[in-house]
Amino acid sequence: MKRLLKIYMEKPELAALLLLVVLIFLFQSRSGGLFLTAGNLRGVFGILPEMALVAIGVTVLMICGEFDLSVGAVFALMPMTVAVLMTHDVPFSVALAAGVLVCVAIGFLNGFLTIQFAIPSFITTLGMMFVARSLTVVVSGGFPPLLSADLPTWLFVSFVGPGELFRMSFIWFVAVAILVSLLLSRTNFGNWVRATGGFLPAANAMGIPTARVKIACFILCSVLSGFAGLIQVLRLGSPLPSIGEGMELQAVAAAVIGGTALTGGIGAVLGGIIGVALIRVIDNGLILSQVDANWFKFAIGSLTIFAVIANSWLRKRAKAIKVEV
Amino acid sequence: MNEPIVSVKNLHKWYSGVHAVKGVSIDFARNEAVGLIGDNGAGKSTLINILSGVQRQDEGEIFVEGQKVAISGPRDSMRLGIETIYQYNSMVPTMSIARNLFIGREPMRFSIAGVGFMDMGRMREESVKAISNVDLHLRSPDALVGELSGGQRQGVAIARAMHFKSKVMILDEPTNHLSVKETNKVIGFVRSLKEQSVTGIFISHNMHHVFECCDRVVAMARGQVVLDKRIGDTTIEEVQSVL
Repeated sequence: MKRLLKIYMEKPELAALLLLVVLIFLFQSRSGGLFLTAGNLRGVFGILPEMALVAIGVTVLMICGEFDLSVGAVFALMPMTVAVLMTHDVPFSVALAAGVLVCVAIGFLNGFLTIQFAIPSFITTLGMMFVARSLTVVVSGGFPPLLSADLPTWLFVSFVGPGELFRMSFIWFVAVAILVSLLLSRTNFGNWVRATGGFLPAANAMGIPTARVKIACFILCSVLSGFAGLIQVLRLGSPLPSIGEGMELQAVAAAVIGGTALTGGIGAVLGGIIGVALIRVIDNGLILSQVDANWFKFAIGSLTIFAVIANSWLRKRAKAIKVEV
Repeated sequence: MNEPIVSVKNLHKWYSGVHAVKGVSIDFARNEAVGLIGDNGAGKSTLINILSGVQRQDEGEIFVEGQKVAISGPRDSMRLGIETIYQYNSMVPTMSIARNLFIGREPMRFSIAGVGFMDMGRMREESVKAISNVDLHLRSPDALVGELSGGQRQGVAIARAMHFKSKVMILDEPTNHLSVKETNKVIGFVRSLKEQSVTGIFISHNMHHVFECCDRVVAMARGQVVLDKRIGDTTIEEVQSVL
C-alpha cells in the first residue's frame, strides 16, 4: 500500500491531473452546466490537438535535457511553405514533403549548433525563433497566400465520431501521443533519451550516442510543431504568418505543469498533454464562467508556478515514505 | 597464458598544451588485481579514460590479449571486455535499477536499425539476478537509483559490470564517499575478482585499500609510471616516497 502510494506520488503528472479534475468540476458548476455540453467540448477538442502536438515534442526534448523556443515560429513556417509552394502549382503531397523537410532541417540545425558549439539550446532556438518567423513573413511576401480548394482538409480537420464530437486532428493527436509515449517508455531509444537528459556523463560513459539522440529529439520537436501548424492553418483556412506566436512559452508551461523537469530526465508525454488540457480548460472555462478573458494569462502564470511547487512538494513527500528498496 | 590480457605501450596524451600522460607502458596480467596509485593530476584518470574509451590517446598503442586494438568509444571498450566503474557513478539517478543496468545494451524484442522495443520482462528478471549475484539485497528492480545509498549504487554498477561478463574490470576510485562498511565490501569484491577470472584495475588514493586487495601496485606521478612492483616486494612507505 505504502509502495503503491509512493509510486503514484512520484508520478510527475499526478498534480496536474488532480487539478484538471478539480477545475472541470469547478467550471461545470460556475458555467451553469455549459462546460460539459457536447457543443462546448467540440470546441475544446477541436483546438486542443494543435497545442498538444507541440507540447508532446517540447516535453520529449525537455526530458532529453534541451529546450526549443522556435516551435511557435516553425508552427507558422511549415504551413506557409506548403501554401506558398502550392500557389506555384506544386501538388499537395510534394509541398507537404517540402514542409516536413523544412522542419527536419530546422530541428537538425537547432541540435547541431547546440551540440557542436556547446551553447545552451535556449540561445540557439531563441535565435532560430526569429529566423524562422522572419522567413515565414519573407516567403509569404507579407500577404497570406490563398489556400487552394483541393486540399485534403477532410484528412486533418473534418468532424468525426459520435455526435461529431471530434475533429480528425484529434485522431492524429491521439495516435502521435500513443506512438511517442511508447517510444519514450518502451524502446531503447526512450531509455537513451532519459539517460541523456538525466545524467549526461553517465550516458556518455555507457556509450550512448548522446549527440545523435539529442538531434533526433530536436527534429521530432520541430516536425510535430510544423504538423500542428499545418492542422491549424487547415482549420482556419488561411496561412497567417503570425500564428503560433507565444506558443513556445505556452508549450513549455504545459510541459512544466505536467511535471517535466527543466533539468531533464524527468517527465512524461501524458504530463505534457494534461498540461495542455489544463491550459485549454482554463481558457474555455473562464469565458464560460463570464470572467474577463484578460485573466487568462494570469491564471496560466499562477498555475505554472503552483504546479512546479506542488510537484516538488509531492516528490519530497514521496521520497520521505520509507519502503525497502 | 603468460601473455598479458591488456597492455598499453608508450601512451601519450596532451590537453591543450599540458602533457598529461608521458609515455606510459603497463602490462596487466590475467586474473591479476593491480592497484593504480597517484596524486591528483598524476595521469591515472586519463589513462583509465583512454582504456574505457572516454578519451583517445594522442600517441601509443593498446593491446588486448596480444591483439592491437583501436578504442574509439566506450562501446569499443565494452566489446573488448573492459568494464569501468566510475568514481562519479555511471548511473542515471532518475531511472530505475533495471533500466540503468542495461543502458546502451538493452535486450530487444525486435528492432530495426538498432532501435526497437526493449524486452522489459527480461531486463527486470536479469537485473534481479545480477544484483543478487554480487550479494546485494535490493527488493525491487523498479526502484530509482537516486534513492539508493552510495554503496548500493556502487553495488549496482558492479553488478552491471559482472553481468556483461567482463574480462577486465576498472574501478575508478570506487570507495570515495562510501562508509567504512561499504568500503570493505568493495575491497572484498576486488579480492574476489580473481576467483572469477577477471582482471581488476583498482584506482585509489588510499594506499591501505590497495595493499589490502591487490597483487601489484603501479604508482604514477607527473604523467609517468614511477613504480611497478608486486605488493610483497614493496611497502606503503616506499610507494609514498616516490609519489
